[in-house]
Amino acid sequence: MFELRKDIFADERDDNLKEIGKGTQRQDMLGHVTATSTYFNDHKLQGMLHLKVLRSPHSHARIRRIDVAEAEKMPGVRRVIRGADVPRNLNTLLSLINFGIDDEPSLAVDKVRYKGEPMVAVVADSQREAFEALAKIRVDYEPLPSVFDVEDALKPGAPVVNETYPKNSFTFYDKYDHQKLRFGDVARGFAESDHVIEHRYQMSPIEHAPTETNGSIAAPDTNGRYVVYTSTQALFFSLDTCAKILDVPSNKLHFIGGTVGGGFGGKVDTMTEPLAILGAMLTGRPVRYVFGREEEMQFGSPRGAERIYVKDGVRRDGRIMARQVRSYFDSGAYTRLSSYAVIKCVAHIPGPYTIPHVHADVFCAYTNRTPSTAMRGFGVTALDFALECQMDRLAHLVGMDPMEFRILNAYRDGDMKAHRRIAKNTALIECVQVAAEKAKWKIGEEFKRASSLKDGGGERAQITLTPRDAAISFAARPAAQQRTSYDRGTIAPLAPEPAPPPPPPQPQAPAPTPASSSHGATRFSSVFGRRR
Amino acid sequence: MAKTALQFRHNDHEVAVFVEGGDSLLVALRDGVGDHSPKFGCGQGGCGACTVLIDGEAHLSCVTLAEMAEGRSIETADGLKTGPALHPLQTAFMEHFAAQCGYCTPGMLMAAKALLDHNPQPSRQDVVEAIAGNICRCTGYEPIINAILSVVTRSSAARA
Repeated sequence: MFELRKDIFADERDDNLKEIGKGTQRQDMLGHVTATSTYFNDHKLQGMLHLKVLRSPHSHARIRRIDVAEAEKMPGVRRVIRGADVPRNLNTLLSLINFGIDDEPSLAVDKVRYKGEPMVAVVADSQREAFEALAKIRVDYEPLPSVFDVEDALKPGAPVVNETYPKNSFTFYDKYDHQKLRFGDVARGFAESDHVIEHRYQMSPIEHAPTETNGSIAAPDTNGRYVVYTSTQALFFSLDTCAKILDVPSNKLHFIGGTVGGGFGGKVDTMTEPLAILGAMLTGRPVRYVFGREEEMQFGSPRGAERIYVKDGVRRDGRIMARQVRSYFDSGAYTRLSSYAVIKCVAHIPGPYTIPHVHADVFCAYTNRTPSTAMRGFGVTALDFALECQMDRLAHLVGMDPMEFRILNAYRDGDMKAHRRIAKNTALIECVQVAAEKAKWKIGEEFKRASSLKDGGGERAQITLTPRDAAISFAARPAAQQRTSYDRGTIAPLAPEPAPPPPPPQPQAPAPTPASSSHGATRFSSVFGRRR
Repeated sequence: MAKTALQFRHNDHEVAVFVEGGDSLLVALRDGVGDHSPKFGCGQGGCGACTVLIDGEAHLSCVTLAEMAEGRSIETADGLKTGPALHPLQTAFMEHFAAQCGYCTPGMLMAAKALLDHNPQPSRQDVVEAIAGNICRCTGYEPIINAILSVVTRSSAARA
């Protein structure tokens, strides 16, 4: 069932593996099969109350007035919680690592920025009574224009989604509206290519859909603390986030979790704990706040949508000379973890390939959509989808086998990566070889002989001079010598964006000679050519 | 709200609970009986995490009115063991890595038990159909199918 290939990189490790390659029973398996594993919702506490939130029906609206008078009089209602009741009603998840500005309220006060944003919480004796009270809350909205498309959001005059970021893009390092990657000179790379292709890729938001919905139960403990049973995947992260939002020392909170009914990234956002604990603080009773399935699917944060443009220059012999990526990460209405996703995305460009000229601009854009969050490789997954589709297209274009094409362009130990670090412990070539073998896919002898440990470094570790940004922009792209469109059927454009006009063939101007100070090579020259 | 008294067999024990009009069997089991083995996943009959057996047939307890259980025999995953001894399905799930987060497991086990009780020699396709209403999000269908089939193989080997 599990095959451990010790023949690959045999000299890279000691052959004393005790656990790897052997089956080991999960320590929680007995609990799972006897149905005694205790999930947060399997705690039944004396006098437990139930919390439900009123969610915005609008994607973007000013809140003129919220009237809870009738709701407060409903039977079974113990407490109605408003934004003003939250000690620190503004937070951003990554503020714990000092990254990003507080931009998201626990309960919206002046404005709602996405459909489903919580505005008021009701704590009642039963879920039914909580729902019935929510139905009695009157909200006077002033609907505002919404923006749902990442590129529209970044255009001048677009509705401002989140006033913390008036340009609808996250501010990196207090200064930059996107992340850049510059390596070599893509203009020169395209000029040296025989074919240049550009394609647009898009991935929609994806809901994690765990079988257990997000939720938590908070209760006053006997020692003045609050005990919190939670579905969170990130126990201490959630604990610290709650301590910040509720403005209490973290040792006032005792989080119990770890048994999670499926998370996949959708349970790191601390969506229920702060209000459950606040409910327990305000009522003195255990409070349970659990998402229903509809809430989980509609308003639980998904994997963020991404739109990615990839432009590649490839030579007839199959070597990729230049790769230019422009990508937009849809953060939704608030930051949460999307700024980090963008950094991961940029760090992954141009994929596990050695390409001498790389250029990337990646934006974290705000729209009036559900805030997005972590999910299994977020920031990298959609990019890989785009890059690998593009790799197949390039292979097809130059008439090469797609596996051989990947081996040809794969990074090798000693190569210089676009981030100006020497590649080491690379294994793409071996992965492709094993995949080909397993799939009984024939590849040429020279590709079977290729190795991550051979042919790296040397010329491949040289950094070409990188021109200043003014010399190259995505709009003013240099003409390719021979522009070829991918011919395996056309893809329908997803938005009315006009296709970039094919630049007329024209003699390629020599690459601009940058001033000596304009490239980053010298700073990193000490790492040139070094092998592991 | 007015409460209704309800009496039924729960894993071979007589139990009585009070329920409210509209309460589901899932609520009666979890909050009334205190059996937390059926799980709430969707409340819409879409995921199978709440699967229990009513008179030997698999039912979705979240969309079954509690009153329907009156006088019937309800089996849940909590009653699978005999004393400390695991049910063969439970052993098979352990041995075949047929659970990851474990949240779908009680429902899977009950769906599998309903199948095997009625059809001790199911085909692979029978097994697939039996758990078709049970969603696993950790991608464990293959190990689950193999675990259930292993019980079939083992019991036929025992008979031979």
